[in-house]
Amino acid sequence: MAGSVLTIKDLHVEIEGKEILKGVNLEVKGGEIHAIMGPNGTGKSTLSSAVMGHPKYKVTQGTITLDGEDVLEMEVDERARAGLFLGMQYPSEISGVTNADFLRSAINSRREEGKEISLMKFIRKMDSQMEFLEMDLDMAQRYLNEGFSGGEKKRNEILQLMMIEPKIAILDEIDSGLDIDALKVVSKGINEMRSEDFGCLIITHYQRLLNYITPDHVHVMMQGRVVKSGGPELAQRLETEGYDWIKQELGIEDETVGLEA
Amino acid sequence: MTTEMKLPFDQEYITSFSKEMGEPEWLTELRVQSLEKADTLPMPRPDKTKINKWNFTHFNKLIVKSDEFKSLEELPEAVKPLIDADHSNSVYIQRNNKPAYLKLSAELQEKGVIFTDMYTASRMHGDLLKKYFMQSAVKADENKLTALHAAFLNGGAFLYVPKNVTIEEPIQAIFLHDDAEANLFNHVIVAAEDNSSVVYVENYISTVDSADSKVNIVSEVIAGANARIQYGAVDTLAKGVTAYVNRKGLAGRDAQIEWALGQMNDGNTISENVTLLQGDGSYGDAKTVVVGRGDQVQNFTTKIIHHGKNSEGFILKHGVVKESATVIFNGIGKIEQGASKSNAEQESRVLMLSEKARGDANPILLIDEDDVTAGHAASVGRVDPGQLYYLMSRGIPQAEAERLVIHGFLAPVVNVLPIEGVKKQLVEVIERKVK
Ligand SMILES: Nc1ncnc2c1ncn2[C@@H]1O[C@H](COP(=O)(O)OP(=O)(O)O)[C@@H](O)[C@H]1O
Ligand SMILES: [Mg+2]
Repeated sequence: MAGSVLTIKDLHVEIEGKEILKGVNLEVKGGEIHAIMGPNGTGKSTLSSAVMGHPKYKVTQGTITLDGEDVLEMEVDERARAGLFLGMQYPSEISGVTNADFLRSAINSRREEGKEISLMKFIRKMDSQMEFLEMDLDMAQRYLNEGFSGGEKKRNEILQLMMIEPKIAILDEIDSGLDIDALKVVSKGINEMRSEDFGCLIITHYQRLLNYITPDHVHVMMQGRVVKSGGPELAQRLETEGYDWIKQELGIEDETVGLEA
Repeated sequence: MTTEMKLPFDQEYITSFSKEMGEPEWLTELRVQSLEKADTLPMPRPDKTKINKWNFTHFNKLIVKSDEFKSLEELPEAVKPLIDADHSNSVYIQRNNKPAYLKLSAELQEKGVIFTDMYTASRMHGDLLKKYFMQSAVKADENKLTALHAAFLNGGAFLYVPKNVTIEEPIQAIFLHDDAEANLFNHVIVAAEDNSSVVYVENYISTVDSADSKVNIVSEVIAGANARIQYGAVDTLAKGVTAYVNRKGLAGRDAQIEWALGQMNDGNTISENVTLLQGDGSYGDAKTVVVGRGDQVQNFTTKIIHHGKNSEGFILKHGVVKESATVIFNGIGKIEQGASKSNAEQESRVLMLSEKARGDANPILLIDEDDVTAGHAASVGRVDPGQLYYLMSRGIPQAEAERLVIHGFLAPVVNVLPIEGVKKQLVEVIERKVK
């Protein structure tokens, strides 16, 4: 079967009664890599949280579907099992739960009872992915993200991505706080995932990640909307010229959203 | 406020019981004196829990008749998995008030290690026992319940490790409560002489569903200079059992005492766990995990008192409370004058799983010395929705996500228990209790 399709139409999202997303339209298909760029406070994380179903974010209008299925009807865990993945900007720390136990639960949640992944097979897969991501193998037995550095947390998000193999992933600022070596490793992981069966939406406000991962589509978000879309050349132009030209072109003074009194 | 309490057994009864057991005179005397003092001594006063209506003292039988176990094969199914038959060479099993099984490896016997039931200890090692028994750690006249403990003593174990002896494999005691009419006044002594080290693990386990038993536990843990004692315990006394638990340690110079207590009783429980860091450079680590369910009320006081310079004390308490149960945590770090360069740290956290659950975490630092460091963290709350969201975003259903967070929260004690079977039992008990 060919890749999946995540379709976002006219999405409006409120948080604590304030409208943050004001009509987002986007389609991500298997085999495609999209980048969403934009300055801070323009609604990028809100979009990713709304897709994953964070309870604080309220969808007031519009639709999200995955291969035609209504994502908004699903609980967070159902969305994940349907094939969505969110690499979070700020991953939680969970004491007492080892990285390995957590990942095994995540994988087994997709399998029927009695058909759980064998321990051997799991360990082999985890070891090889950790080696690929140049992670210390003892990270498997450390508690989930507890005491991890910023870079280790991001690497761990990519490890989860590679272990879980979702259909569509959103990676929210997976590049922030990474030094150049870590950035290369994280990019290597994402590139490794590239296939017809995998679609990805990379959220970033730096172009530098895109030096390692060439996106098929680039979108710019401002004021809670996608205000411009293009190919990889759009990211290049943003790198050299910044965002001001877009604001001028569109007559935007303040690109942020939700801060107005 | 004192309520009038008629004690169930008098001086005459206690004296003849002691004689019948062949106890040394000092012990008979201590029993009799304590019985007398119990009349006027005050009840313990656990902070934030009213116990004036609790019944710790009225019971019918001081001794119930129980059979021995001829071999480990005869153990009840609930007890068998606790023992690692291939590796446990030193095990004491007590059935209600009856010493029911004892094994101490020949190697340890040769090294002069003593491990035996309390009755035998009093007969065979009376002078040694006298040095420790309610002398320095827990005093018989601490309160009414410690006095009654001394008077009604009806079980327990004595573990003695001579100088310079290091015991690698854990020494295990199992106190089985399988008679709903049994009452336990159980005393454990773990004494490790200078430069020795030992790991001791005990289970208090009920196999009856509910009982009106009174359980009064005192443990005294005495670590000589540079000795190390690791003390693990899993308590699973049944619903209806009223328990008073007093586990106290005394650490000499450069000594270490580490507690790992899984306190999973289903009845009302008052627990004190005190570590006296007497010697310079001594170290105390007190970890406790607790689950409260049903309508049980539990109060846990953990206290580390620093007398020695450069002493370090760490308290960690994690509790889960569901249904309409109550769990109170009192954590006390006390640094006495002169205990310079000492460090007192504590963390107490309570997770509430229902609207009606009650939980409280009271961290207290009492510091009479300038040149010290101290810190505390305390929280009472619900399972963090951010953590649940994170786990669920990986496909894990909510119930399983909650289970993972709760088990993780209680892991600090589970992880340090040195006997695989006991560790597994604690995990299973947690599983059963939080479900
Ligand atoms: N958890 C939150 N609580 C309150 N306001 C929020 C929250 N998350 C986002 N917002 C609001 O939404 C706006 C957009 O935030 P966000 O989606 O995080 O932007 P970006 O990821 O593009 O930096 C913020 O300026 C803020 O006002
Ligand atoms: Mg963001």
